[in-house]
Amino acid sequence: MRFMLLFSRQGKLRLQKWYMATLMQIVLARKPKMCSFLEWRDLKIVYKRYASLYFCCAIEEQDNELITLEVIHRFVELLDKYFGSVCELDIIFNFEKAYFILDEFLMGGEIQDTSKKSVLKAIEQSDLLQESNHSGIILFSH
Amino acid sequence: MGSSEMCRDLAGEVEKLLKTSNSYLRKKVGVLHTSVVLLTEMCERSPDMLAHFRKLVPQLVRILKNLIMSGYSPEHDVSGISDPFLQVRILRLLRILGKSDDDSSEAMNDILAQVATNTETSKNVGNAILYETVLTIMDIKSESGLRVSRFLLNNDKNIRYVALTSLLKTVQTDHNAVQRHRSTIVDCLKDLDVSIKRRAMELSFALVNGNNIRGMMKELLYFLDSCDPEFKADCASGVFLAAEKYAPSKRWHIDTIMRVLTTAGSYVRDDSVPNLIQLITNSVEMHAYTVQRLYKALLDDISQQPLVQVASWCIGEYGDLLVSGQCEEEEPIQVTEDEVLDVLEGLLVSNLSTPVTRGYALTAIMKLSTRFSSVNRIKKVVSIYGSSIDVELQQRAVEYNALFKKYDHMRPALLERMPIMEKTSTNGPTEIVQTNGETEPSVVETKHLPPVTQSTNQVDQTALKNNGLKIDFTFERANPNPNVAVITIHASNLTEADMTDFVFQAAVPKTFQLQLLSPSSNVVPALNQGTVTQVIRVLNSQKQQLRMRIKLTYTLKGSPVQDLAEVNNFPPQSWQ
Repeated sequence: MRFMLLFSRQGKLRLQKWYMATLMQIVLARKPKMCSFLEWRDLKIVYKRYASLYFCCAIEEQDNELITLEVIHRFVELLDKYFGSVCELDIIFNFEKAYFILDEFLMGGEIQDTSKKSVLKAIEQSDLLQESNHSGIILFSH
Repeated sequence: MGSSEMCRDLAGEVEKLLKTSNSYLRKKVGVLHTSVVLLTEMCERSPDMLAHFRKLVPQLVRILKNLIMSGYSPEHDVSGISDPFLQVRILRLLRILGKSDDDSSEAMNDILAQVATNTETSKNVGNAILYETVLTIMDIKSESGLRVSRFLLNNDKNIRYVALTSLLKTVQTDHNAVQRHRSTIVDCLKDLDVSIKRRAMELSFALVNGNNIRGMMKELLYFLDSCDPEFKADCASGVFLAAEKYAPSKRWHIDTIMRVLTTAGSYVRDDSVPNLIQLITNSVEMHAYTVQRLYKALLDDISQQPLVQVASWCIGEYGDLLVSGQCEEEEPIQVTEDEVLDVLEGLLVSNLSTPVTRGYALTAIMKLSTRFSSVNRIKKVVSIYGSSIDVELQQRAVEYNALFKKYDHMRPALLERMPIMEKTSTNGPTEIVQTNGETEPSVVETKHLPPVTQSTNQVDQTALKNNGLKIDFTFERANPNPNVAVITIHASNLTEADMTDFVFQAAVPKTFQLQLLSPSSNVVPALNQGTVTQVIRVLNSQKQQLRMRIKLTYTLKGSPVQDLAEVNNFPPQSWQ
């Protein structure tokens, strides 16, 4: 996988790893019944729409498009599990958490761990670490 | 994902991991996944690694089997399929390992068949695995047939797209198998989805052959009518190529071209125009039909430049056939010379015409001066454009004006019908070609052709020997057309003085066609110091005995000389 974008129907980019502008317009122009794949430059673009957000991945020639759809779905499931019934606002306000989850799930464009549980566990652990840091600081300022 | 040294170091570790992870499948799946990914990368980059890791194929097969058979594991599961991500990655690694290796391919055959048949395809995830399996089956040396047909008929758009893509890959190697799906592919042309339409179009062109050309072309032309502009150029080019290769008849070919020009005329590539003109020229019996159809098309619409250019060229060449109502293929239309000239002049003044198109129109009008009787009207038009702002048009008009005035004697020969063009000519039709004098119009038409390519037999004959002038003939057979005899005349001068303004002319009976190329020189040097050569090409389609009347004119010591001769005793090899 080369990059992944998340953007809204109004064309606002919510999440991005490596960013390209024209691509958004092409994907937004697609009608709902169309297939989820298109070709762009020398890459294949796989996208899926969840409510008001488009999840868009660019994969290479030899990658499997259908499994990429599953990858997107797995990521959405992870977000859902973490935020509890995730919506666009969650991602807007907690974008750094969304990035963390993405980084735990994918590295260098490849899946790191196929187990939902372990990814979420890793996030939980890093959350705890963060909170303990924060509380440390608050104590200190008093 | 790590340097090459690290990979080499890790290779041993990874091997061990794969062997042991069998027992710790559930806990170490994460590691298993990453190690498979790592292995894939390594094998892709290094053939040595690839050879080294081939021995892992049995292990991988075993792991895959366990995945399929194993019970439910909620954290790795997607819609009832255990860890599809891992399955897909293993399949991909197997593909790389099995490619061009018989033993490995053999070892994985069973599991591939098992995955292909057992995978539930009601959901996308099942199809994802099936897709990867199909790719692997196709890449390795496997006997399994194409599983793609299941995909093509699926209702899901994504699946159909993927099926079309894999068919496109296979069509090179296993053409017949893909032909079976032709009707489904053609249906996909009507799909609303742009990506699917494009794939279907590419596949359709790859599948066209002599047997299905009529049916396929009907579908493709319909597609051309209704498709988005982004497709039209590619589709038009594809149609032209396919038509050229597999056209069942000349009439069909011309009709197909007309259809493309009228429906997608403005999207046709620029180089199609000369190619089409060459094609039309060579379809001799269709000239009247073609010019009539093109004329009618012009009456409807003059905005599509390629169509207008081809039409102008044809009217210029075959305008006489148009007004004489000679069309056999369809009802001939009644049109007068003035009407035709109106149309062409209309092109000259229209804002829709590009400069190139205007050039075509002006040349066409000029050519009609030898085919129509309304020469005065044409003279007027040409003289007006002598002061055109467009330099190209101006130059043409000025040259044509000169043709009317000073070189009027050359005009008929210069503006004669274009000859049949051989395919080897590089730039398509050439414009007006220099002729060499006139011939007796009652007997012969002179034309010009590109030079002879090869020759076979060489025979000599002396045609004339008179007053110190000797004319010899040498004969060759032109390839590829065996009906064309190529005669080279050699003129030699045995007198003491040069023969200047030397002109050779020839006439043949009506059943022959004669073409005269330019002579090597107009001066035959005295005392046999050199010869003037000139090439004559005679088309003898009825294989009759060749006869020729020749006429020589030259100036010797200030006085003009004329000599006539009839040549009847041509050697049989020259015309049989």
